[in-house]
Amino acid sequence: MAEENTQEYWRWTESHWKNPDIRWEDAKIVTVGIDVGSVSSQAVVMTDGQLYAYSNMRTGSDSPESARNALNFGLEGTNMPESRIDYCIGTGYGRVNVPMADRSITEIACHARGAHFIYGPEVRTVLDVGGQDCKAIRCDEKGKVVNFLMNDKCAAGTGRGMEVFADLLSVPIIDVGERSFQVKEEPESVSSTCVVYAKTEATGLLRKGWQVNEVLAAYCSAMAHRIITLIERIGIEKEFAITGGLAKNRGVIERLMKEIGLEPMHTDWDTQIAGAVGAALFSYALVQKGKGRKK
Amino acid sequence: MIIAGIDCGAKNTKAVVLRDNKIIGKGMILTGFDQITAIRESLHAALKDAGIDAKDVDKISGTGAGMEEIRDADVRVNEVRAMAKAANFFLPSARTVTDVGAEMGRAVKIDENGKVIDFAINEKCAAGAGAFIEAMARALEAKLEEMGPMVLESDKSIPMNAQCAIFAESEVVGLIHARTAKADISKAIHDAMASRIVSMIRRIGVNKDIVMIGGVALNPGFVDSLKRELEIDKVYIPSDPAFGAAVGAALVLAEET
Repeated sequence: MAEENTQEYWRWTESHWKNPDIRWEDAKIVTVGIDVGSVSSQAVVMTDGQLYAYSNMRTGSDSPESARNALNFGLEGTNMPESRIDYCIGTGYGRVNVPMADRSITEIACHARGAHFIYGPEVRTVLDVGGQDCKAIRCDEKGKVVNFLMNDKCAAGTGRGMEVFADLLSVPIIDVGERSFQVKEEPESVSSTCVVYAKTEATGLLRKGWQVNEVLAAYCSAMAHRIITLIERIGIEKEFAITGGLAKNRGVIERLMKEIGLEPMHTDWDTQIAGAVGAALFSYALVQKGKGRKK
Repeated sequence: MIIAGIDCGAKNTKAVVLRDNKIIGKGMILTGFDQITAIRESLHAALKDAGIDAKDVDKISGTGAGMEEIRDADVRVNEVRAMAKAANFFLPSARTVTDVGAEMGRAVKIDENGKVIDFAINEKCAAGAGAFIEAMARALEAKLEEMGPMVLESDKSIPMNAQCAIFAESEVVGLIHARTAKADISKAIHDAMASRIVSMIRRIGVNKDIVMIGGVALNPGFVDSLKRELEIDKVYIPSDPAFGAAVGAALVLAEET
């Protein structure tokens, strides 16, 4: 991207985490899931089906390198050698380019399975709002996909759409949600669904004297509407859970909840790791069936 | 009878003055965020070009995205009707018209009298309008007017996976990193957009003769891509195609008067 300003408003916090209560040395089975998305990549390490470590970072221009970086970042500080991994599954947009994966599984299946782990077995509808796509998944009590609908053609309702807006308004993306509520009165949403047209519309609003926070609110509202049209087409069955990066944007999620009148499930886990969690769990199931790596 | 036609578009506001159905003046002003000023100034420019005064104008016809802001309009004409009438005026043998502007794309099937038989429009997605090429020009770090001619320099066909202008931007950046020639990337961009416009045209049927109006008709690269996608060697483009809808609006009013 040709950027003139030095501040990167789209930048969200990259993170990694290690479970302080688990020693990987005691584990019987160690499995890894790597989700290489178009915008972000995650690596999840599980020991006997328990979440041991994970990483969440920006995807680079090279998928294999992104997979490698995500895994390294996840293993950082664990002293676990890669050779200890019994099985690894790649998923996401770049799944065929995960060099250390033993196989790949589609992100739909991995997200449903991962949401089932992160949120619990009551989840029946998963909304994944990722970097460049938006999915509505219906699943059963085991986290198996029953139906799904995906939009990966249009930036509206995706993380990229929000990044473009944050950049336009010079607001760090992590502050968007909070600031969208710092308004006297909830404004009408922008009329254009298209991010490109919404940008022009937003510029016009600013010129008319709208505050930045009001424009943020108007755009978050439009994004929520866009996502709702997708979910409504597939139907929502309780319980309803949200995964992906946009789950962290209160501005969109709270407006979405208000519109559909449903409270989504709560988790303390990072919502972006759902795909990688699902992949790591599928790996675990395969090793239990005797399909581990030959040593 | 002197009639003015004003098309207040998303990017440019165009005005034409017709005397007894002959174009005698044209004026175009950037719409910006002040439609009312653009409307006033474009008409002023057209009158100056025609060498007449405002008081000489008998009636004003308005069209375009901002037609509600054309306060002095005696009539407001739907854009689909305007483009149909314009095509028939420019080429009586026209049966298919396409109008591609900054933020919209339309295709209309017409009869020998310029009457609308069927139409398809896109006013929601930037990937099917001039805004797409503008966004890609930024990603390629090229001037907008350089984009079209570049297409004609390329002999490679690279498919574009992304449909959305936002995603296509990332794809273009990827192609640049992979050291793809700018001309080849420009061709891919124009071919992708042309295929979307052609899908729209196919919905109403491809019947000769085909006329193209709207600002994007000035892009030789896009016209080339369109002809290749339609598998047709002649698409008729009037001079100053951007004024097409304004002319059509004036003609519709003239006919009704």
